[in-house]
Amino acid sequence: MQEVKEVIVVGGGLAGLSSAMKLAEEGLKVKLVCLTKVRRSHSVCAQGGINIAVNKKNEDDSPLIHAFDTIKGGDFLANQPPILEMCLTAPSILNMLDRAGCPFNRTPEGTLDFRRFGGTLYHRTAFCGASTGQQLLYTLDEQVRRYEVKGLVEKFENHEFLRLVLDDDGIARGIVMHDIYNLNLEVLKADAVVIATGGCGVIFQKSTNSTFCTGAANGRLFKQGMKYANGEFIQIHPTAIPGQDKLRLISESSRGEGGRVWVYGDSSKSIEYPDGSSHPCGQTGEPWYFLEEMYPGFGNLVPRDIGAREILRICELGLGIDGGNQVYLDVSHLPREKQHKLEAVLDIYEKFTGTDPRKLPMKIFPAVHYTMGGAWVDWPAADDPDREARFRQMTNIQGCFNIGESDYQFHGANRLGANSLLSCIYSGLVTGVEIPKYFSSLKKQNCEMDESIFSKALEVEEKRQKELLENTGSENVHLLHDELADWMIKHVTVKRNNEDLQKTLDKIKEIKQRYKNIELSDKGKTLNQTYVFAHQFEAMIDLAEVITKGALLRDEFRGAHFKEGFDDRDDEKFLKTTIAEYDPQEPKISYEDVDMRHYDPVKRNYIVAKKSVPEIKNFPKNIKLPL
Amino acid sequence: MKRLYTLKILRGTSEKQYFEEFELEFSPGANVISALMEIQKKPVNKKGEKTTPVAWEQGCLEEVCGSCSMLVNGRPRQACTCLIEPFFEGADQTTIVLAPFTKFPLIRDLVVDRTSMFENLKKIRGWVSIDGSFEQGQGPKVNPDVQEALYVLSTCMTCGCCSEGCPQVNEKSKFMGPAPISQVRLFNGHPNGASEKSERLKPMLEEGGVGDCGNAQNCREVCPKGIPLTESISLIGREATKQAMKDFFSLSDAKKQ
Repeated sequence: MQEVKEVIVVGGGLAGLSSAMKLAEEGLKVKLVCLTKVRRSHSVCAQGGINIAVNKKNEDDSPLIHAFDTIKGGDFLANQPPILEMCLTAPSILNMLDRAGCPFNRTPEGTLDFRRFGGTLYHRTAFCGASTGQQLLYTLDEQVRRYEVKGLVEKFENHEFLRLVLDDDGIARGIVMHDIYNLNLEVLKADAVVIATGGCGVIFQKSTNSTFCTGAANGRLFKQGMKYANGEFIQIHPTAIPGQDKLRLISESSRGEGGRVWVYGDSSKSIEYPDGSSHPCGQTGEPWYFLEEMYPGFGNLVPRDIGAREILRICELGLGIDGGNQVYLDVSHLPREKQHKLEAVLDIYEKFTGTDPRKLPMKIFPAVHYTMGGAWVDWPAADDPDREARFRQMTNIQGCFNIGESDYQFHGANRLGANSLLSCIYSGLVTGVEIPKYFSSLKKQNCEMDESIFSKALEVEEKRQKELLENTGSENVHLLHDELADWMIKHVTVKRNNEDLQKTLDKIKEIKQRYKNIELSDKGKTLNQTYVFAHQFEAMIDLAEVITKGALLRDEFRGAHFKEGFDDRDDEKFLKTTIAEYDPQEPKISYEDVDMRHYDPVKRNYIVAKKSVPEIKNFPKNIKLPL
Repeated sequence: MKRLYTLKILRGTSEKQYFEEFELEFSPGANVISALMEIQKKPVNKKGEKTTPVAWEQGCLEEVCGSCSMLVNGRPRQACTCLIEPFFEGADQTTIVLAPFTKFPLIRDLVVDRTSMFENLKKIRGWVSIDGSFEQGQGPKVNPDVQEALYVLSTCMTCGCCSEGCPQVNEKSKFMGPAPISQVRLFNGHPNGASEKSERLKPMLEEGGVGDCGNAQNCREVCPKGIPLTESISLIGREATKQAMKDFFSLSDAKKQ
């Protein structure tokens, strides 16, 4: 029997590149599919840094505290074993990136420098100026290029994943993709498929995400039977620059370096602080640093869900700049060397607004930023008897793995800043361990497959392409997207309520119907971007429905999910992972218990700065990390 | 007051290129991307005829991904940071000309295929060779000034503006353009990367290498990231000459050190 050794990796961001690199290092052949040049993937937008607890600032930090901060930051919704293993692996990931030439900022002694980020009291964020994601992506891109030259990685750039090829037992055996330049359809074969296609911010149209981040790959897989977990958890970043084409992120590192959020106070108005007490809204006409007042422990570095909600609350009281939906984020008081570390983001602000943030405070507002939910993936924990028999990061579809922002695994109900780069790289590395193991468990190999499974999958997409290009009707897909996004932004972001969620769900159903009546403004095959988007949009509608229905059914307040009339976290009913499964009528929702073997849930408190962390329970005895 | 502007866009494929004009109403904060998005939603040209949406490349829209390169009034740049407002120059009307890059194969409208740039990164061995991803301890210490210099070089997003602006990059020459030469400087400057210094300098000595630079210095002018490309070229030029001398006298790197 011929040895299986080919893997398809879909997505060329940090997660996909990390997976490709590790798989190639293990001697497997990787086919890397990406809808843009991998070097342009959305990971470039990550600005602030990557969390690694190596205690270089002598603060008694440790991977265990990092794990606890991450679990608590996620409001205890995340399964704990994968987070623990990720945080324990982080120091080795840092060493690897450092050796591979990633230009991390240095201290005068020449060692790595670390800054503070939200939701923690420690300096544990390594960074490259304020474009860390770009630099990490380039470092892995360079390593993957090395394997490409060696013939272990073959790239299919400007190609888009459309569907999985499944055999008669429902096992993944390849994919169907199209070439974006000419819409040629093609089958790629392999016995494992890794999906690393990022988040779905574009469903909300304007977000901090790149225009690639439609979530379409996950939506298509969902329709093919992949379980989607915690869809309702969408992170709203507190600080973005409002814009016509996109909402540009202003990194949390601007606050990590000492930036302050404020508005002019108005003592005639009063507001309830998180401890329940009532206070006047600062002094009239004086800057009011409301986050520092409300959360003296963490100040401007409260987790993002809290920051975003408080900014919205302030604006709703009419205290936003000129009474509108904007507040100040001020770095103008920072010394020059601190501003210099933020150069990349300050430049973005200046280029897009024409105002120099080194001299005047920035005007910012919250924006859709990160998809905590995603593909449900398995995680047999280190001491579990079936650790070797099951496969970490594998979806419920055998042979189909899912990693990075497109899985649901590492961030629970809210992601802490600078944890995403880590989870992307880490989950990619895990596939490098799990896929060789999966291959040795496979009974049948690709070469034994009947050719018809591939040709049938291709036919489905050929038919779909023809239908979509030839469809006639009165709807315009871009205007439908506007409409969907409008509803999603209004009702399914920072503040939700059941009445509006139900209406949004009805609206999505209506849009689904109207989608059938779209006609493309371009019917050709050469670089037809309208077609490409229209194909993606169908999958985006499905995910929008998953997000909205998950939100509707979760009657509690947890992390990024805040619902009027439900002021508290309800651990009894909802300390559970939401699982959505495709149904042509409406997604089916069920719940799964959260693995809390290491830490008991406690109330999230960011009012006081307390460095004590509970003792970890059941620390695994047989832990083997991917590096 | 309502202010109108016209986008005059060079469209089509390599078989046939033509100009098409679109008239749009200005709104504060508009940039070339938001204008193209508007056309995409309602593809009607200035004459009022229905047409196809304009194809363009885009990604991050924050000038870190390098996707949205195009010629705006003849100047190579990123469309996302190209705000509409300054083009009015006090008038209430203006016309902005958009065209695809000319130094790369045209796909359609404003989209070209910049694969050659990534191929060049292979030629110059654009990576630091490490033994593997597994735990090997910390990397080398790096002086913060060196890190700072490397970081600036490493912000190159392979957008292609430098090649587009360079008169030496043309159909008759094999010149690889400024970006990969600057990348040689980046990797040779890293303590671990330096071990393959001479392998990276070799392609610099060949046809298409650093010797083909004509010192027009446009690259530095148009680089959206302000990367000191001319400095990189002269530095690598000198290094390459030294390498050529070494090769001529058959001195191995080891002996030299």
